[in-house]
Amino acid sequence: MNPAVASGRDFAIDVREEAGGETTVSLSGRISLRNLNSVRAELHSILEPMKPAGLTVDLAGVGYLDSGGSLILLELEQYAEAASIPCRFANVSEETGGMLGLIDRAAVMAPLPPSAKDPEGAIERIGETGLKVFNDFTSTVTFLGDLLVALGSALLNPRSVRWQDFFFYVKRAGLDGLPILALLSFLLGLIIAFMSSLQLKQFGANLYVASLVGFGMVRELGPIMTAVIIAGRSGSAFAAEIGTMMVNEEVDALVTMGFNPTRFLALPKVLAAMVVVPLLTLYSDLFGILGGMVVGVVGFDLTIYTYLAQTVKSISIFDVVSSLIKAVVFAVLIAGIGCQRGFRARGGAEAVGTFTTSAVVAGLFLIIVADSLFAIILYYIR
Amino acid sequence: MQNIGKEPIITVENLTAGYGDNIIFKNVSFRVMKGEILVILGGSGCGKSTLLKHMFGLYRPKAGRVLINGIDAATENPEELDGIRRNIGVLFQSGALFGSMTLMENVSLPLEEYTDLSSEDIGRIVRMKLAMVNLSGFENHLPSELSGGMKKRAGLARAMALDPKVLFFDEPSAGLDPVTSAELDILMKRINAGLGTTMVVVTHELDSIFAIAHRVVMLDRDAKGIIAEGTPQELKESSTDRRVINFFNRIPAAAGAEDQRA
Ligand SMILES: Nc1ncnc2c1ncn2[C@@H]1O[C@H](COP(=O)(O)OP(=O)(O)OP(=O)(O)O)[C@@H](O)[C@H]1O
Ligand SMILES: [Mg+2]
Repeated sequence: MNPAVASGRDFAIDVREEAGGETTVSLSGRISLRNLNSVRAELHSILEPMKPAGLTVDLAGVGYLDSGGSLILLELEQYAEAASIPCRFANVSEETGGMLGLIDRAAVMAPLPPSAKDPEGAIERIGETGLKVFNDFTSTVTFLGDLLVALGSALLNPRSVRWQDFFFYVKRAGLDGLPILALLSFLLGLIIAFMSSLQLKQFGANLYVASLVGFGMVRELGPIMTAVIIAGRSGSAFAAEIGTMMVNEEVDALVTMGFNPTRFLALPKVLAAMVVVPLLTLYSDLFGILGGMVVGVVGFDLTIYTYLAQTVKSISIFDVVSSLIKAVVFAVLIAGIGCQRGFRARGGAEAVGTFTTSAVVAGLFLIIVADSLFAIILYYIR
Repeated sequence: MQNIGKEPIITVENLTAGYGDNIIFKNVSFRVMKGEILVILGGSGCGKSTLLKHMFGLYRPKAGRVLINGIDAATENPEELDGIRRNIGVLFQSGALFGSMTLMENVSLPLEEYTDLSSEDIGRIVRMKLAMVNLSGFENHLPSELSGGMKKRAGLARAMALDPKVLFFDEPSAGLDPVTSAELDILMKRINAGLGTTMVVVTHELDSIFAIAHRVVMLDRDAKGIIAEGTPQELKESSTDRRVINFFNRIPAAAGAEDQRA
């Protein structure tokens, strides 16, 4: 009976030591990736105490041998070589021989080539980070230049713009984003009105809730709120879309067909954002003021008329216009950085994820920086 | 040829497949023997990839079934599924390597999932496989740093990681130069002969077909099924079917039709 089956396992190892230390190890059954560990452990425990003068590995009983089994045989060979004893395989079947014939022994046992991910010294890392930041900066500036050139040529030659794409993105970024923006702005107006009224009530200055909400929404919160939502909804989408096209070599295809990727892919998105963000900002202002009004009318007995009149009184045309300009600048920053990060994706799916994240983070950062600059500039202009 | 077994490893029984209401082929039946290289032929859009995906259980059939080693490829029993998955390897048309992982990590993945080997052993097995496809020294390369042919070979190394009994190939030589393509054919034959791996291959390349196929099945879009079956020589020399003759002699369908009228 097959010893392998008798022992309840799928392999068996049998050792015979002849006079003069000549040892024969008979392997039988299945030697595979599945039982590699147990075969090795058993071989180890058998061979450890012995000092054979020669090793013959009898493979007559081997029914199945895969790469795991071959690895065992290679290790036996290696063991014999290390102990400088002669080693040979006997009764190698056709299948086993075929398997062994496919294996490049040197490659299997060779040391790994140095990994690109090997840790480096601190100085190298500082240098690399510096280079990365510098490259990041130059590529952003280069892209901005490209984009401005594309915008300029679009002005001179409006027919060169892909208007179909433009309208598609207007709908995607604008119309589809309206419900969430309206809801959030309404709630924001509500909250500001409620919080400020708690303070203003002490002075009996309830009416000024309207001024505060109106002024705050138009000057700061409307544009910021819109920009944040557009960065999350559309900046990320732009980066993922272009990034995937980069990874699939679609952008390379565009270039070889003679298209300018910035003009073809980025321009419609940026133009769409430049139209949509100011409009959405107005909506955001409106819904914020409505939110405030609900608190004013329901909670503080103001009439709708007084509330609106007070709101109108507190906002100047200058505020509205400057907030719209701000919105356009935000739009260029968000859409631009989204596209630029997309164009930098290389490699695979992971890169698309990384640069999409980076698009949102960089977009939010730029919004805040630009907003601070606007605050300073507007202060001096007034 | 010496090692083609007598018993089938894959049995396709009355398979009907389609997308939605669009039936691609109906009542297709054939068998693949152990150790055989079977090539699936046919014009573009006749459903070769669809058939292949049904054969390794990616899609469920509309009717009929596919048995791999006696187990239904569309089974939902997790243990049976595990058994099937361990025993098949698939080389996708584009390689389908994971772009964010090195070759080493790509090939290690199935080994880590399906075996309990130490990382050192896995490393050795991976290098064994990479050496088989002539990619020694590229362990730490990312797929994006490889040429098209190298990606194919790396995909093959990953497909072979677990020493599958059956390998499926979707157009392995598409997009490769004739030399690389011939090298891939030799590699496939060596693996078939050395490991006794059964292979099911979709390809259009006549040269490859004659180099590797033990047997071919030819599908046709209008017939919605198999129109010819046999060794490549048989089909080339003794088929009377116009579509088969056209394929083996590279005659475009329109010209073939004129021929027939004349
Ligand atoms: N995911 C899918 N959804 C709907 N229809 C599909 C899908 N995949 C393929 N088809 C249709 O099924 C038919 C067969 O497609 P399949 O990809 O199997 O062809 P093929 O023989 O592999 O062609 P090729 O040689 O060009 O790769 C085609 O008509 C195709 O339009
Ligand atoms: Mg196909």
